[in-house]
This record gives sequence, C-alpha cells and structure tokens, in this order.
Amino acid sequence: MVLRTPRQISWMRFKRNKAAVISGLVALFFILSAFLAPLITKLVGVNPTTTYTKALTQYGMPDGPWGGISLAHPLGVEPGAGRDLLALLLYGSRISFTVALITSVASIGLGMLIGITAGYFRGRVDAVIGRFSDFILAFPSTFMIVALSLPLVQRVEALHVAKDNGARIVVLIIFFVVFGWPGFARLVRSQALSMRERDFVMAAQALGASNWRIITKEILPNLWPTAIVFLSLSLPGFLSAEATFSFLGVGVQAPSATWGLVLSDAVTYWQTDPAYLIIPSAMLVIIVLALNLMGDGVRDALDPKADSR
Amino acid sequence: MSESVLKLEGLKKHFPTTTGGVFSRVKGVVKAVDGVDLEVARGETVGLVGESGCGKTTVGRTVLKLYEPTDGKIFFEGEDITKLSRHEMKPLRSQMQMIFQDPFASLNPRHTVGAIVSASFDIHGIKPEGGVKKSVQDLLERVGLNPEHINRFPHEFSGGQRQRIGIARALALKPKLIVADEPVSALDVSIQAQVVNLLDDLQQELGLAYLFVAHDLSVVQHISDRVVVMYLGKVMEMANTTELFANPRHPYTKALLSAVPIPDPEIERKRERIILQGDLPSPVNPPAGCVFNTRCWKVQDRCRVEVPQVLEISPKHTLACHFPEGN
Repeated sequence: MVLRTPRQISWMRFKRNKAAVISGLVALFFILSAFLAPLITKLVGVNPTTTYTKALTQYGMPDGPWGGISLAHPLGVEPGAGRDLLALLLYGSRISFTVALITSVASIGLGMLIGITAGYFRGRVDAVIGRFSDFILAFPSTFMIVALSLPLVQRVEALHVAKDNGARIVVLIIFFVVFGWPGFARLVRSQALSMRERDFVMAAQALGASNWRIITKEILPNLWPTAIVFLSLSLPGFLSAEATFSFLGVGVQAPSATWGLVLSDAVTYWQTDPAYLIIPSAMLVIIVLALNLMGDGVRDALDPKADSR
Repeated sequence: MSESVLKLEGLKKHFPTTTGGVFSRVKGVVKAVDGVDLEVARGETVGLVGESGCGKTTVGRTVLKLYEPTDGKIFFEGEDITKLSRHEMKPLRSQMQMIFQDPFASLNPRHTVGAIVSASFDIHGIKPEGGVKKSVQDLLERVGLNPEHINRFPHEFSGGQRQRIGIARALALKPKLIVADEPVSALDVSIQAQVVNLLDDLQQELGLAYLFVAHDLSVVQHISDRVVVMYLGKVMEMANTTELFANPRHPYTKALLSAVPIPDPEIERKRERIILQGDLPSPVNPPAGCVFNTRCWKVQDRCRVEVPQVLEISPKHTLACHFPEGN
C-alpha cells in the first residue's frame, strides 16, 4: 500500500470534483489574463488609453453590431471615448482583483486573529472584543466611507504613500478591512469557543502544549475550511463593493477603469449599446460563479469527512 | 504496596458560576470536588466510581492540573505540584497522561495519526531513538494497530481503534500515571474487553499506575486493585476491590452494587434491589451533614447535622458514614 501525505489526499479529492476543477481553471484564466494584461493587449494590438475614434460612428456609438466587435477589437469598443473594451476590462480587472484579494485576505486574517483570541480566552477579553465588533457592525459604514474618503485620500497623499487612484485604492482597502473583519471574527469566535472545549484541546493541554501551539496547531487547522469558504464568498463580495464605491465616485476614477466603473458607465448606454453592458456583466457573473464553485471544491477536498458522507 | 505515585489530600475544586459579560460577577459555587483524599501506588489501578455528576471526572482532570485546584494538595511522586505554574508543570506532563472517554472528540480530526501520536515528542522537544516515525509506528504496533496507518486520519478508524490511538498518544512519553476517564464507556461491550485487556497488558509491561474513572462497576471490578466510591464530590467508601465488592459498608456503595446485573437469571430474579429515590442533589447547594442524607434509607437526625468523618474501619478500608451496614 502506498502511503500518501494529507496534502496529496486533499489534492486527489479536489481533482475528482469536475465542477471545481473547471471553475478553478476558469478563475485561473481570469486571474492570469489580468496578470498578463500588458502582454495580451500588445499581442492583440490594442491599448487601454488610446481612443479608437475610427471604430465609432459619427454619433459616438460603436460602428457595427454587438458593440463593434471586430478582429481589431475582439470585445468591441467603448461608446463615447472609443477605447478598446478588452484592454479596458483586462486592466480594470487587475485593479478589481487586487482590491478584492487584499481586502479579503486582510479582513479574514484580522477576523481570524481577533475571533480566535476572543473565543479561546473567553471571559472579559471576549466581552470587550464582542462589544467592539458590535459597535463596528452597527456603524453606518457606507455613509462613513463616502463622507470620509476625500479627507482620508488627501491625508494618504500628504503622507506620500500613494497618489491619485493609488491613494483612493489604499483608502478603500483600509475602509473595507476595518468594516469587514467583524463578520468573520464572530464566526471564528463561535467556532473557537466550541473547539476549545473539545477533548483534543484538553489532550494537548495534558501533553503540556502552550496556548500558542493549541491555537495554531489544534484550533486553526479546523478553521481553514471556514476561512476558505468565507474567502470564496467575500472575494466576489468585495469585487462588487469596489464597483459600487467606484460608481459612487469614491473609488477609482476615470481615466483608469475597473469592472465596476465600466459597468456603471455601461448602464447609461443599455438601450443603444447592450453589448457594452452584457459583456462585462457576463464576465463578472462567470468569475463570481467560478470563485464560488472553486471555494466549495476546496472545502470538500480539505474536509476529511467528505468521503464518509 | 510501595511508594505512592499520586497522593491527594483534601482536594477541592469549586467552579464559580458567573453572570457573564464585561462586568461579570460571581453568582454561586459548584462544589464539584469537595475534599478528596486518595493515594495511587506505583503500578496500581485505583477505580473511581460514582454516578454522573459526582465529580469523578473533575478529580481526574484536577490531578493533571487541567483544572486549578481550589484547595487541598496534590503530590506526584512525593513532590507537591499543587501550586506549580503551567510552565513548571511542563516537565512533569510527560510522566502523567490522560485517556479520554469519547474517542471521537479526543483526536483532532485534521491531524493524521502520526501527528497525533508524535505531538508529545514535538511539544517536549524530544528526539526519540530511531526517529519520530519509527517510534510512532512502534507505539501503534504496541497498542495493536497497523503501523502502516500512520498517515490516516482519525475518521478512518472505528471507535475501538481510535481509543487505541488515544492510548498510544498517552504512552508516547512513557508516563508513570495514566488518568483514564471512562476509557471504555463509549465502546461496544466486545471492544470494551479488548481495550481493558490492552490496558491490563500495558500495566504489566510498563509498570503503569492507573486512576481509572468509570461508572461501570463490572469493568472496575475487573481492572482495579482498589476502588474509591464518590458521591457529590466526596469520598464515601474506599477499599480493596475484593473487600469492597464482597463487603460494602456504606449504604450508597451497597445501593450501587445492587444495581450491577448478575449473569444468572435465578439469582438475579430472587435478589433484592436497593432503589434510590430522587435525584443527585445540586452541587451548588449540597445538603448539610452527610451529603447522601437526602436519598439514604437509613437516614437519622444526626446525618442531617453532622458531617461523617472518614474513618478506617478495618485495614485499608475507609468509610464516611454514621450508621454503616453490618459485616
């Protein structure tokens, strides 16, 4: 009999799940193409900043059916300015993915740390953390982000951390993380509370394990599936949140483009140029679905009880 | 018997009940263990019996300092470990281990058998001879498991096999004392016998001392050298196994023993059962005097006022009762 490591077993389980593998490949395709955006646009021969006025009619609408899809512009062109849609989406997805990934990982990391602390140490620590996260959750966060983003962007720029859109992204990420961690922290806290009463935690204590070892080696591995599922749910969530705030004028601003910005622009053209709305929307739906299905597959693969069900 | 591995003197463990929240206040006290004296000699098995909620599990956990004792003293190999901090306890942890009741909860579902059994090497920074993997496989073989199953997860095993993994984990650092907290009560009867026999063999071979917490009297009778009967956090009676089963003096012990089925229908039908009335009183508010007075059929006024002293009525047979049963 061949002995396999737990990681190999998980990987085998994942490979058996066809939906997860396919959506994983789709997600990988989107992420890779975002990463390789400069190369792809060069190969196609387009540029996100050039305005292709020749592809537009005299009314500023794309020339031809389906938003002006042609060999030169595989996804058509933007009505009005006439930029290439493929290049816009590729470069836009870079910003969207970066913001969504950083905020998801940061808020889950922070939530995990705070949640385990509250659940493991219980008592007063738990009570103080719990009331504080209630306070954050009860905060009118959308209003706060809109109201406070301008002064904060100026503050970030004054600190010479980043400029313009860079500063806006930094502020957006900070806001998302500050208002994003309590949800996950609560989930983790409740799980850590039940986990610390399990006999295997007591067994570790009886062996002389430190609090740190118990938290990292005994409790944390049991929380990975929760974190992964939460990540797969919050990634698309933050993708759309980023789009929402871009639409409200708080996030990234033109001439840079994110998916959200493209979509909010497309809404104004939905009657005259539906393809301009359909193409980015379809992409957003596909990537969100792919991320969710992949997250499910990873959870099933990491769950040792998956086979016995 | 030779020197003692474990000695308890007036051990108490009280759990405060609190209101909770930021401004938590103490509401009351659960007297889970209220003055237990006990001694376990090297290589001896002491059975600790009593009904659910009598504090026997708490005794086991307090002995290993998983709970901080409220009062009393714990001696391990003559050393007072009552006041030792978590850090100071660590070197001693290798010598006293625990086997748990529920083999499904006591193994981390995310760790392989290898990781579970070798955790103690890791925690204590010990590099066993021949490598960690070899030692783990030896341990698995010792407890009757296939050493090739080192990379399997706990859920791939049956209850009895899991309990064997738990035993292998406890044995890894060659302890002198093992607190077995109802190690077989979650298993099928046929598997119970296998695990009890394994514990017996290991004791013969390694000279282990067991504090065997159980509520199944037949198992206790089989494995124990001495038996301690607990009720509501206090020791009622303590004697050698043969003596206690043949000649119980405390009314509570008598009632417990009369509940053990006898595998002979003739005797079983004729024999008189003692059925206790009512429930175990709340350990938050135990009765005054003898704690058993609310359910004892021999209760008299004295029992409601005066706490019976623990007396040695015959060699190695101690009792806490004002009106013991006759010889």
